[in-house]
Amino acid sequence: MNLAVIAWKNLQQRALASSLTGISIALGVMLMVAVLVISSVLDATFSQRTIGYDLIVGPKGSDLQLVLSTVYHITPPIENLPYRFYREFAADPRIASAIPIAIGDTTEVGGFPIVGTVPQYFLEDYAPKRKFLIRGNTLRRPFDALIGAHVARTNGWDIGSTFKLIHGGSDSHVHDEEFTVVGVLQATGTPNDKSVFVHLDGFYLIQGHDKPFDEAIKREREFFGEPPLTEEELAAEVARLKKKYSHDHSGHDHGHDHDHMEEVPDLQKEVTSILVNAKTPIAANLIAGDLKKGFKAMGVNPIIPMRRLMVDVLGGVKLLLLVLTGLIVAVSGIGIFVSIYNSMSARRREIAIMRALGARRSTVLSIVLAESIMLCLGGGLLGLLLGHGLILLAAPMVEIRTGLLINPATFDPSELILFPVLLLLGSLVGLLPGLTAYRTDVADALNG
Amino acid sequence: MTLELRNLRKSYREPGGRSVPVLNISEFRMGDGEQVALIGESGGGKTTLLNIIAGITTPDAGDVQIGGVNVGQLPEAIRDRFRADRIGYVFQTFHLLPAFTALENVLLGMSFSGKKVDRQRATQLLERVGLGHRLTHRPGQLSVGEQQRVSVARALANSPVLLLADEPTANVDPANQQLVLDLLRDSCREHQVSLLLVTHSLDVSRQFDRVERLADFNRREALA
Ligand SMILES: Nc1ncnc2c1ncn2[C@@H]1O[C@H](COP(=O)(O)OP(=O)(O)OP(=O)(O)O)[C@@H](O)[C@H]1O
Ligand SMILES: [Mg+2]
Repeated sequence: MNLAVIAWKNLQQRALASSLTGISIALGVMLMVAVLVISSVLDATFSQRTIGYDLIVGPKGSDLQLVLSTVYHITPPIENLPYRFYREFAADPRIASAIPIAIGDTTEVGGFPIVGTVPQYFLEDYAPKRKFLIRGNTLRRPFDALIGAHVARTNGWDIGSTFKLIHGGSDSHVHDEEFTVVGVLQATGTPNDKSVFVHLDGFYLIQGHDKPFDEAIKREREFFGEPPLTEEELAAEVARLKKKYSHDHSGHDHGHDHDHMEEVPDLQKEVTSILVNAKTPIAANLIAGDLKKGFKAMGVNPIIPMRRLMVDVLGGVKLLLLVLTGLIVAVSGIGIFVSIYNSMSARRREIAIMRALGARRSTVLSIVLAESIMLCLGGGLLGLLLGHGLILLAAPMVEIRTGLLINPATFDPSELILFPVLLLLGSLVGLLPGLTAYRTDVADALNG
Repeated sequence: MTLELRNLRKSYREPGGRSVPVLNISEFRMGDGEQVALIGESGGGKTTLLNIIAGITTPDAGDVQIGGVNVGQLPEAIRDRFRADRIGYVFQTFHLLPAFTALENVLLGMSFSGKKVDRQRATQLLERVGLGHRLTHRPGQLSVGEQQRVSVARALANSPVLLLADEPTANVDPANQQLVLDLLRDSCREHQVSLLLVTHSLDVSRQFDRVERLADFNRREALA
């Protein structure tokens, strides 16, 4: 029988205390693993690999909010850009592509974010050097939709499925317009998987997505820094527009023919943001610089706020969580210490017997050390399994609540550091009881 | 192997601080392979003597030489290994480990020696003391006499050169008493092992060629 077997027998003898202390280590390690895996998922999600554009252009404000709403659809957009701005902006010769995005609504089933965009979106790289693959067709008609792989799987939708939208505003009513899935995107590992793309034209045709004329006029003039119109001027302009686009949206019944392309005046359209690829990296910087001087828009290199988010916010949270879980593990270590130390007085005689059979002082010390190391490492191994099990179970829930896609097989290499740390913890914790065993007086303890 | 005690003295300190003399032996010898029955009144110091020979209890003065080696002068770690390798000890109160089965207790005796842990040999020894059907019982599940026989098997496990047996048959029936005694004496005879056996039983002591009464060579009253 080697020392490990003897140590194991001793642990078995105190099965309850041993399993409780082992489990407490396991729980600490489980939480630590969960923190590590989730933070490495966040790292991957918010790194530059998830977006292939040079700039995101949106209304002036928080750059982080612009990126979160445009790329991750995590926060709803606060303001939009007038369509006229998009048209003028896209004409800039330094730009290779400028793709308008309009978001805000969600699908009635599953609550997936709706992204109104143009077919060009699917021809650009969604991440550096990676292109979309579409099964089916791209967007051609206003009420066409393309869905991400995750949406298809979760909602059980396929080409031909139809769906309705929930309005993103305060009233959250269901829009009457029905969209038809014409294609499914192959999984990309990006937020695209969880988005539903509709034709920008269709997006504007949805009732309520076109702003009333008077409001639109005011908003556009304000945006471009033009002086406001007087009441009479405004009324005249509204009348002129109403005459031009005689089809009045706000009053019609909803039985319209989807194939018939209705026209929404540019004035009434808005885009949430514009995804921009410049012809050169320098051009991207120049465009962003020009926007800074101009009206109310800004150009953001999406990597910059994401990196800031990672370091400032998530980095701090990750550190805090790691410290907390580290404390849990340390407290569990103290639990092991107490459990073994308390058992020492009861085991004085057993230790003396082993010494009387010829075990050296160092041998009984090693046996006690082996016990605490086995508890720490065994608990750690169990915790590792539990941690990944937890992630396996929690991944779908986290996905629903936060939109984060978690691969349960994610393994953070820093998890491996746990084992030398636990080895050290076990040695430290076992040292004092081990020394008690070491010092046991055989003759005294044999009779006692 | 020979055993030689010289000028051995041991007193215990009472709780009141008074010193109680237990052993005062100027000389005691045993030849290689010799078998000696040690008898004496209860409280006479027999167990104390065996513990001193085994190196478990330290004497106040005097030498214990086993095979010419002065055991008391060995560094502790080497003395521990010497005990594991060379001395078999059937303790008066058995000293079995409660968490381990009968077989494991015998194996444990082997674990601390330099020899290989031999499961087959451990099983055979238990079979020879009539416990072949109790291999996986823990001490708490064994009768007192059965525990004693596990202790006998464990003492023989490392093929010692000196066997100390403290009333090894005190708790067994006459038939088993003879079985255990024969096993101890035969094993010792086979391998030239010296045997020092404490007994209160006349049945046992009269089978020995040499019987020593402790009081005859222990002048403890001279210590006080
Ligand atoms: N650790 C101790 N502390 C104090 N006194 C002790 C200790 N161990 C033994 N004694 C005393 O030493 C004396 C001898 O004890 P020992 O156990 O050697 O006797 P024994 O001859 O083996 O007796 P028995 O036949 O009853 O087993 C006893 O009087 C006992 O009270
Ligand atoms: Mg005794």
